[in-house]
Order: sequence, then C-alpha cells, then structure tokens
Amino acid sequence: MINTKDILETISMVKEENLDIRTVTMGISLLDCASDDPKKAADNVYEKVVKKAENLVGTAEQIEKEYGIPIINKRVSVTPVSLIGGRYTVEDYIRFARALDSAADTLGINFIGGYGALVQKGFTEADKKLIESIPEALATTGKVCSSVNVASTKAGINMDAVALMGKIIKKTAYLTRDNDCIGCAKLVVFANVPEDNPFMAGAFHGIGEAECVINVGVSGPGVVSSAVERAGDCDFSELAETIKRTAFKITRMGQLVAREASKRLNVPFGIVDLSLAPTPAVGDSVAKILEDMGLEICGGCGTTAALALLNDAVKKGGVMASSHVGGLSGAFIPVSEDAGMIDAASCGALSIEKLEAMTAVCSVGLDMIAVPGDTADDVISALIADEISIGVANTKTTAVRVIPAYGKQAGDSVSFGGLLGAAPVMKISTVSPAKFISRGGRIPAPIHSLKN
Amino acid sequence: MKAVITVVGRDSVGIIAKVSAVCSEHHANIVDISQSVLSEYFAMIMVVDIDGIDLPFTSFVDILTQLGKDNGLDVRTMHEDVFNSMHRI
Repeated sequence: MINTKDILETISMVKEENLDIRTVTMGISLLDCASDDPKKAADNVYEKVVKKAENLVGTAEQIEKEYGIPIINKRVSVTPVSLIGGRYTVEDYIRFARALDSAADTLGINFIGGYGALVQKGFTEADKKLIESIPEALATTGKVCSSVNVASTKAGINMDAVALMGKIIKKTAYLTRDNDCIGCAKLVVFANVPEDNPFMAGAFHGIGEAECVINVGVSGPGVVSSAVERAGDCDFSELAETIKRTAFKITRMGQLVAREASKRLNVPFGIVDLSLAPTPAVGDSVAKILEDMGLEICGGCGTTAALALLNDAVKKGGVMASSHVGGLSGAFIPVSEDAGMIDAASCGALSIEKLEAMTAVCSVGLDMIAVPGDTADDVISALIADEISIGVANTKTTAVRVIPAYGKQAGDSVSFGGLLGAAPVMKISTVSPAKFISRGGRIPAPIHSLKN
Repeated sequence: MKAVITVVGRDSVGIIAKVSAVCSEHHANIVDISQSVLSEYFAMIMVVDIDGIDLPFTSFVDILTQLGKDNGLDVRTMHEDVFNSMHRI
C-alpha cells in the first residue's frame, strides 16, 4: 500500500517544487524523404512528420492528466536535414525549414529540431549549403531549431566549420535583430553531439536511430534544491546521497512517462535524459542548488566543485531509475533560462570565463549567453573553439549557444520570453584571435581517441 | 487499477461528502481514506478503485478538479502508478 508520506512528498514536488517532465520528444527519420524535385522532398518532409507525430500532443496531454505530472513540452526531432539526399540549393533547404515549421504548427508542438549538419571531419556540398541557409531559415521560421556538430574526440575539430559558425551566428543575430536576436537562441554548435538528445535547441534524430523513437527529458532543479535545503548542514557524503535519492525519484517519473508514451503511441522507447534543466521560474534554478550547498552567489570560487558534485550525484541516482539513459544527461547551466544564473551574471559574480570552467564538469556548455553585438566574428569562433576543445579533450559533449545581441553593450539585456528567458549581455574578451582562427583545417584528434 | 485523490484547502462542511458523491456517481470504489484537520486546514487522501468507472479516467479527473475549483479546494487525482514508480523499486 502506498503510504501517506510518499503521497504527500510526490504532491509537494509537483505543486511546490516545479517537478515536471520537461519534454517528450519524438525522433523521426527523414532519410526516406529524398526526391530529385525539392518541392516534392519538402512535401515528403511535411507529410512524414505530421503523420508520424499526429498523436504526440494528444497522448502526452492524456498522460499528463492521468498521472498528474505536468509535461511541459512536446517536440519532434528529425534526421539532420543536410542528410536528406539530393542536389539541393540554399533556397531548397530554406523550403525544408518552412516545411518543418508548418509541420510543427499543424502538430501543436513548440519546437522541431534537426535543421543541421554533422561536419566534425569535413563538409559535404549539402552540409555547406545547409549551413549557409541557417540564418535565413531561423529568421523566417518560428519553431525550427538548428545544430551543427563541428568536432568529436574521434575526428578532432573542424576549424573551418568553427570559423564559419562564428559568421553564421553573427548573421543570424543580424537577421533577427528586431526580436532580440532570437535566431541565435535556436542555434547550437556542438562537439561530441549525442544522437538521441530530447532537449532543444540541440535535438536531432541520429543516423543510427530507428525509424521513429520516443525520448524523454526530465527536469527538477526545484526538487533537488528543496532536498538540499532540507538536508541542512550535513557533510558532502550525505549531501551527495540526498541528491542521488532525489534524482532517482525524478527519473522514475521520466521512465514512467516514457514507457507509457511509447506504449500508447506504439513507438519504441529510446532513452530518458537525466539532465537537470532549469526554467526562469523562481526556485527552478541550478544556480540556486549550488547556492543552497553553501556558496554565497553562483560564480564564485567553489562553484565548479559544487557543480561537479551535483552533476555526478544526479547521474548516479538517475541511472538506476531508467532502463536506458542517454542524451545529454547532466546539469544544464543556460544563463537566460535560470533565474539564479541571471542574478549572478547581472551582479557580476558570474563571468563567461567561469562558465567555461563549469562546463568541464557538467552537461552542455556555454549556453544562452548574450555578448555585445559588436563582438567580432573571429572572437565568437574562438569562443566556440575553446569550448569545443574542452569537449574533445574530455570525451564529453560541449556546446555553444551564444547570442551576439545586435546594438547592445555589456550591461544591457535581451529578452526572449517563455522558457528561453532573458539574459544580461555579458562582457567578453576583445583581444583578437583573428590569425589563429584564419589558419583553417582540422585540429587533430587527441591521443586518447586511439583506443583500439 | 487505483487512483489517489488528494484534497487540501480551508475546512468547510461536507468536503468528504462531495468527493465521495462524485466517486459513487461514477462507480469509483473508495478503498482507503485518511484525513486530518490542521488548524483550519483540511487535508484528505482517498484511494479509489477505478476499474469499474463509467467514464474515461481523464474525464473523472476533470470532474474532481472542477469540484475543487468550485469549492476553493486543491483537488488532485493521480494514477497510483506515479507513487508506485517513484517510491518503490
């Protein structure tokens, strides 16, 4: 029999501590949508996505109601669009982006990811055209998200792609300058990108995946924060244990929802992503957890250690709660989406340099960071190169989602609304890396990639 | 299958009667009930068997949620699997 204490604990997690399922994401393969007629290919894309995901939103809402656990986002990820075979032009790719956007509108989902390319070792002609189309595609669609993988521990870093992405990000910012450069909030540059990530903006349906799959991302910084607060002045072993137990419970919710969604939609279950994903809501903050651990403000000395402990304990607790764990699975530290991070950055306690260090021990990377609009293309590229190097050298995923806020200076702010939140424009070094970035070519894979 | 109904709010006359009436009307059998009143606040947990209900479970949830809203109470109806999966290995 279920006891009263357990019932009240679950209810308080949902009611007071913002426990929710962040996303149920359906991955759909587009590999069979190719056609020598680009219009036909775009129609194929629209039809396939709408057909496969027709019951996604309804089913997720039904599960939400029956179990009483909010499911915040219903989303779709697709095969990287550059892999839809065919000799398409830049305009053809933009047509595909619009087809994806229309499909998202028809389905009632809030984002569709996969408008991207995998170029860790080099570009195909299709990759080049797709990347060139990204700024316009993001400026003329509302729900399409784009990601480009520019490096892996196995392949090294494609520095031509890194140099190019600096320009693409700046152009995207310019084309969406009337909306606080929101295009850049939908564009991520990755190293070691996971192929089953359910979270946006980096979700796509990997080439090794099945035809269609259900992946679930959990949330729950508020629940962990309350547990840490309740644990009081305990030592680190006990602190880690508390976080592990909480992560276990959160992940069990994810597993339950994933299993039900998979069963009801008759689509195989892929993975549960254990990431702690914050929202701008008060209390739903990763920074707040670090502060609950005993830091005055997130960003000071001790922040990296606290985050490393948190990240490790979340994984250890979560991994036993789910049959398949995947995606990014670690704490996210997006500045604009986390009330505590916003406060820390606004008061100057949290710098880009500290954020970069933090990304060595947690999931993803320099995420949702606004920098001055006049930041040079090669500085953005060099920022990407630094962050991507951390991923490549440490055999982990890292990413950059940076917003050069057009016409704004350090101290101003940008606002995107909803889950994307608002970000203070942060100071970034302006020392020129131009000569370094202009070298081109590839940075070789690190020695420890040679494992065979 | 069972569902857990929790009711929290300011104490007033007939809360249990109202919730029980909805359960009985739709053939949800009450298998366990516990309630307490702390100062003027009322908290009740009711476990009901939903195998025989005469409408889809989501509609049953809607009716109870609306009942809560009409009476200024927070009424949540959740499938027992949530609690089982969270608290049992």
